[in-house]
Amino acid sequence: MSTEAVADGFGQAQGGASPSGHGDHSGHASPRTYWTIGGILTLITAMEVAAFYIPAMAPVLVPVLLVLSATKFMLVIMFFMHLKFDSKVFSGVFLTGLVLASFMTVALIVLFQVLPKYDFMG
Amino acid sequence: MARAAVIAQDDHHYTSTGLSSWKVGFWTFIGSECLLFASLISTYLVYKGRSVVGPYPEEILNIPLTSVSTFVLLMSSLAMVLALDGVQRGSRKLSLIWLGGVILLGSAFLGFQAYEFTHFVHEGLTIGTNVFGSSFFVLTGFHGAHVTGGVIWMITLWIMAARGKLAPADSLKVEIAGLYWHFVDIVWIVIFTLVYLIQ
Repeated sequence: MSTEAVADGFGQAQGGASPSGHGDHSGHASPRTYWTIGGILTLITAMEVAAFYIPAMAPVLVPVLLVLSATKFMLVIMFFMHLKFDSKVFSGVFLTGLVLASFMTVALIVLFQVLPKYDFMG
Repeated sequence: MARAAVIAQDDHHYTSTGLSSWKVGFWTFIGSECLLFASLISTYLVYKGRSVVGPYPEEILNIPLTSVSTFVLLMSSLAMVLALDGVQRGSRKLSLIWLGGVILLGSAFLGFQAYEFTHFVHEGLTIGTNVFGSSFFVLTGFHGAHVTGGVIWMITLWIMAARGKLAPADSLKVEIAGLYWHFVDIVWIVIFTLVYLIQ
């Protein structure tokens, strides 16, 4: 069993290394896995919309939506963008941009939404 | 034939790490695109709730319609990976079907966005009405422009497949186009949650 087949939680990966034998692995999941991921993404989207309309969910709506959204995000980058099967270098390059972007978002919100509420000059 | 395949593989330009330079470069581009969309999303969040005149988000955003368009974009991502699988298998029929699916679903998403923008303008929300309108139209407009670019890219791949010029040795071209398409999809996943659902 190839490394990629072990890495695939569904046990249906097909490939090994790229045709040229170079290090970027293009062995990806099978169509059945893709359909399964597509179904899960649809289900999570339906859960998000349902949570939005259920009044009882209001107190926990934001964390629930953030967790569901993060799950969809992870499924797409791991299976559809093949980061689960590809070289870790690609994950590193992408995560570098993503972490920088997250820091920038937090910094801008703190600067323009949080700090103006405190009178540091007073 | 075998020589042509070797030449096609050599065109992929592998780096000293053994990784395709096209893929390393494209993942770097995607990392930089994260910063672009983070700045647009941050701007939307910073100006959230600061409009002094309406229409306000809770009055105008259409959740059922956007839920359907979100589903359409997610399914286009599914079609994209199936198209890549078809190219890697050397199946021209599967390649054409699924690339065509990506084009149709991507165009449908753009249709939903065009309808939404037109509806908002008729309701009195333009890019100059208030800070919600400015940040909303710039954010979703940039995303829509990326989807439009992706659809044009998919059309060129579909034409290549129809002409029999998309062999398994060319699958890297489809894989990179797929990375772009899936990135556009994950950006929408974030926008749908932060802009539409968390009001």
